[in-house]
Amino acid sequence: MGRFWLGATGVFMAGLLFTGAVDNEFYFFSGYVILQGLIMATAWNILGGFTGYVNFGSAGFFAVGAYISVALHQALALPLPFLILASGMVCGLMGLATGYLTLRLKGIYFAISTLAMAIVLETVITNWEYVGGASGAYILTPKDSLFFASYVELLFMVMLIIAIAAVAFARYLSTSRTGKGLTAIRDDELAAECMGVPTLRLKLVSATAMGVFMGMAGAPFPFFITFVDPLSAFSLFIAVNAIAMPLIGGTKVWYGPVIGALILGLTQEITTVTISSELNLLIVGVVLIGFITLAPGGIVGLVQDFSRKRLRSKAAPSAGGDR
Amino acid sequence: MSAPLLDVRNITKSFGGFVALNDVSIHLAPGERLGLIGPNGSGKTTMINCVSGALFNDGGAIVFEGRDITKLPAYRRARLGIARSFQIPKPFRSMTVIENLLVPLEFAAWTRIDHGRINEEAFDILERIGLADLAHKNCGDLTQIDMRKLELARALAARPNLLISDEAMAGLSSEEVDEVLEILFTLNEGGVAVIMIEHIMRAVMRYSERIVVLDAGRKIAEGPPDDIVHNPDVERAYLGE
Ligand SMILES: Nc1ncnc2c1ncn2[C@@H]1O[C@H](COP(=O)(O)OP(=O)(O)O)[C@@H](O)[C@H]1O
Ligand SMILES: [Mg+2]
Repeated sequence: MGRFWLGATGVFMAGLLFTGAVDNEFYFFSGYVILQGLIMATAWNILGGFTGYVNFGSAGFFAVGAYISVALHQALALPLPFLILASGMVCGLMGLATGYLTLRLKGIYFAISTLAMAIVLETVITNWEYVGGASGAYILTPKDSLFFASYVELLFMVMLIIAIAAVAFARYLSTSRTGKGLTAIRDDELAAECMGVPTLRLKLVSATAMGVFMGMAGAPFPFFITFVDPLSAFSLFIAVNAIAMPLIGGTKVWYGPVIGALILGLTQEITTVTISSELNLLIVGVVLIGFITLAPGGIVGLVQDFSRKRLRSKAAPSAGGDR
Repeated sequence: MSAPLLDVRNITKSFGGFVALNDVSIHLAPGERLGLIGPNGSGKTTMINCVSGALFNDGGAIVFEGRDITKLPAYRRARLGIARSFQIPKPFRSMTVIENLLVPLEFAAWTRIDHGRINEEAFDILERIGLADLAHKNCGDLTQIDMRKLELARALAARPNLLISDEAMAGLSSEEVDEVLEILFTLNEGGVAVIMIEHIMRAVMRYSERIVVLDAGRKIAEGPPDDIVHNPDVERAYLGE
């Protein structure tokens, strides 16, 4: 077992201990929100960071995940793991389909088309009466919370598992041959294609994976907030976080979104408690602008630049020029 | 004459109303060295964009090793053994120099190489091109000239049967031009056919067995270098009326 899986197991065990030792539900509500951000950030980064296709439609996938969950819960009363898998599958297919339709567009046109897609989805769901339409739907929290003290503790652990799965997948992808192909696409798509990289296929893989994890992040959401309407599912705050977290952490490596999600998520939770939740969107905005203009490589990029400079200043006296 | 390696049959390519290639045919025998010359804007790069699949031609057909590849996407052509360099270097900027070579090795050449030796293979190529010292440098830090060399190195890493070099020598010093020519001669001795697009006449005349001249999207001459130098049409194309 590698270091990564040891770490993942450690995180999982720590999560379990946390649910056992702490009773104040507030921490689990906060933890849930941070983990939700982490999953979405990791999902966004697979397409936006690894592959270089900036996507403004995250909210759409997340919300569809949440509403698939509402619909299947109402129709068949399926247990949560099935809802999560179903949402993942539907949103994965949606990622594949929209990818097929839009990934031939370059850069800014792709970004705009994903934004348009999110708006279309919001309209569709607002008019879908079965799941409450514009007025929303109440979800009764299931009575059974297994061996956890409350249902939110269970939801917290569910999110932790999805988060570990998402991060493990992103890590696997970025170290695989496919990941090298994605990096090549991000750097120069035409050159990649001419070097034998099947660019369309790899972009579709990446869009599908993005959709799967966005959907999975959305599936438990109705149970978490217990009342879901288009306004909360398509919330600007959730969508912006999914983009801001990877950009703050660093988009080029799998752990960038994790770092960004932890830092931004914690900051937001602390602000909510100490000042007000209204301030959060403002904070994301300001921090985001700061990073985009001053440190486009995110925190990971800053650290890499710093260590490279140190290495260079150490090596300089002996090496005496590069060539 | 043996069956052609590449047979470009009467291809046409327009951009809007502008005809960049007009009914051009080019053929190439296995292991042949062909020079492709012509004034700026005559359609040389467009031609190799069509052959490599970066662009699709409007009319005509492209046959490679007896197979019609006209509709094949670029990545499939790369896997068949068509490699090209770009006139304006297109490095993978977030990667190091050696990582740039791993992309064609792991994709274009993947089914034709020993997977355990990829790193050595990449390093061998860098050594041949004279970039070995820079192997672990970030390629964003490279000079223009090193980027041109990287273009060529990357094309070699695709393990081509047909290498198309698009002005790979522009900006190189006279010694460096000779070095690159040596590399391309050695490659050719190993059986790789080469299409060389080049403005440095000394290089292209020395290297090519046969030369095709394009002017304003048409083929105006074809033949051994000595004939081309004395061809009045070619002279007119280069010097104007
Ligand atoms: N993608 C393109 N869109 C529009 N015009 C193009 C494009 N590519 C090339 N051209 C035009 O086609 C002509 C031939 O260009 P090119 O093949 O690059 O010439 P060369 O490589 O011989 O200098 C030029 O007039 C150029 O402006
Ligand atoms: Mg050109």
